[in-house]
Amino acid sequence: MNHRILSLVMSRLLITAITLVIVSFAVFFATMMLPGDTATILLGQAATPEAVAGLRTAMHLDEPAVIRFIRWFGGLLTGDLGTSYANDMPIADLIAGRFINTLKLAGVTALFSVPIALTLGITAAMMRGSLYDRIVTVLTIGVISVPEFMVATSAVLLFAVYLKWLPALSFANEVHSITDLLRVYAMPVVTLTFVVSAQMIRMTRAAVVETLNTPYVEMALLKGASRKRIVLKHALPNALGPIVNAVALSLSYLLGGVIIVETIFNYPGIAKLMVDAVATRDLPLIQSCAMIFCVGYLILITLADILAILSNPRLR
Amino acid sequence: MTTDTAKTPAAGRLGYRFNLVGMLALAVILLWGLVAVFAHLLTPYPVGDIVDVDYFGPMSKQFWLGSDYLGRDIFSRIVMGARYTVGISVAAVAIACTTGVVLGMIAAVSGGWTDTLLSRFLDAMSSIPSKLFGLVVVAAVGSSIPVLIITLSVIYIPGAYRFARALAVNINAMDFITVARTRGENVFYIIRSEILPNILGPVLADLGLRFVFIVLLLSGLSFLGLGVQPPYADWGALVRENIGGLPFGAPAVMFPSIAIASLTISVNLLIDNLPNKIRDRSAQ
Repeated sequence: MNHRILSLVMSRLLITAITLVIVSFAVFFATMMLPGDTATILLGQAATPEAVAGLRTAMHLDEPAVIRFIRWFGGLLTGDLGTSYANDMPIADLIAGRFINTLKLAGVTALFSVPIALTLGITAAMMRGSLYDRIVTVLTIGVISVPEFMVATSAVLLFAVYLKWLPALSFANEVHSITDLLRVYAMPVVTLTFVVSAQMIRMTRAAVVETLNTPYVEMALLKGASRKRIVLKHALPNALGPIVNAVALSLSYLLGGVIIVETIFNYPGIAKLMVDAVATRDLPLIQSCAMIFCVGYLILITLADILAILSNPRLR
Repeated sequence: MTTDTAKTPAAGRLGYRFNLVGMLALAVILLWGLVAVFAHLLTPYPVGDIVDVDYFGPMSKQFWLGSDYLGRDIFSRIVMGARYTVGISVAAVAIACTTGVVLGMIAAVSGGWTDTLLSRFLDAMSSIPSKLFGLVVVAAVGSSIPVLIITLSVIYIPGAYRFARALAVNINAMDFITVARTRGENVFYIIRSEILPNILGPVLADLGLRFVFIVLLLSGLSFLGLGVQPPYADWGALVRENIGGLPFGAPAVMFPSIAIASLTISVNLLIDNLPNKIRDRSAQ
């Protein structure tokens, strides 16, 4: 039956490719709505009409939007991201270092949040209805229902203002020692871990609870299996697919969280770059950053779907 | 306010009973709704006026929730901010859910190409992270209240669509729809009289959840400086303005956050404590 899995995965990948084209179309045309002529804005009010016309030709601005979209999309695929309006640097150079910084932040967060969330989610589902479960549920609902910046400000209040473990909003961007490293990473990672874990705990708990409600688990219970055995031997192997799916989906919340966290803690990542680009209206830079985020998000949700297909024993 | 009025009569008329947590949550939501409507009567000081000689002043009898980074009264600013946060979110959620639910029902009833095209397109739209979409649109057209409302609703149309379509597809497979079709009823009659009444409960619960997402996204955008623009301020913008007071725990930065949390947590709790009858039609 491997053939069937393969065709399912291939069709999912095809959908992702189509989605990518639609998304890039949307990103391109959203930024096209900007009022005013780009060439005039770049050259300033005093520019001669000839200079403006020359720049328009050089930047291919006088071509139809569809041609420009194809040119831009082709550039994206070949790694040519264009030139920033604001400081005339190739966007690829601007982004490279920032992108690695964001990946580091996301990686460290995933490293902490996945084990924490899985442990809490699975144990809460095992002890469903207990005080422990209720505390975990209330806390996760609490974190999910507040904006990310509030998790960040609460973390600052708790760890920096009251406990004084970490410096509040320190903007050290050069890392010279372990303490500096901790200073740059600690608060952003703590905040992101809270945001992502809350989602992951909720989804993991739901996945395990759903498995525990199945007839075969009831059967195991009736046969007198211990609670531990029911969960570890009967429920968990079957809940694995939904759990992995939940992990991949929750990690996509990193993308939204990263925008807020990088801004609030002044972390030199790609989201901060993008928010700054919004302030200077540097459209090529915004388009490129937006595409990176969309591609990352698409990869994660596609991965989640493919893992769900692979882990479905009915297809094996 | 749409969420409030939409839910209360349904609950009252059909005689559903809420538990204590649900009642409390409903009370908080109604309170914020009333505050938003009557904001201009409730502010003790004019919102824009600098009334305190101190900045980031503490809570006192004169200034209930302290003063902000310019010495303006925070209580007045939060009360006025409720109007922006609640108003924009209610407008956006109303547009998003109406459009999404109508499209979802049309897709489910029509099937075929309409369904495939709509689903493909809206699924693609939903794979743009919401905060990013907001950032790009605001960067392109600039921030104003109509732009915010439309952007927020566009972002949440795909979710409402997918939810309504999934429910409507189930209803669409039932016998009374086949009977209606055989009778020769058109698509709009089927949508209005056969599908909608049967999916209304879960759709309203979903509307509440979507309202929470919209409040959170709006606050996030305002916090980034891309939402409601000064001199006006919603709750997210209030946190942004006063973020300088964070290192010494000023009330000016805590209370707007608490206002957001009280609203969103209440809506979530209300939805969680709705009777199963409303929340999940299939459970009946």
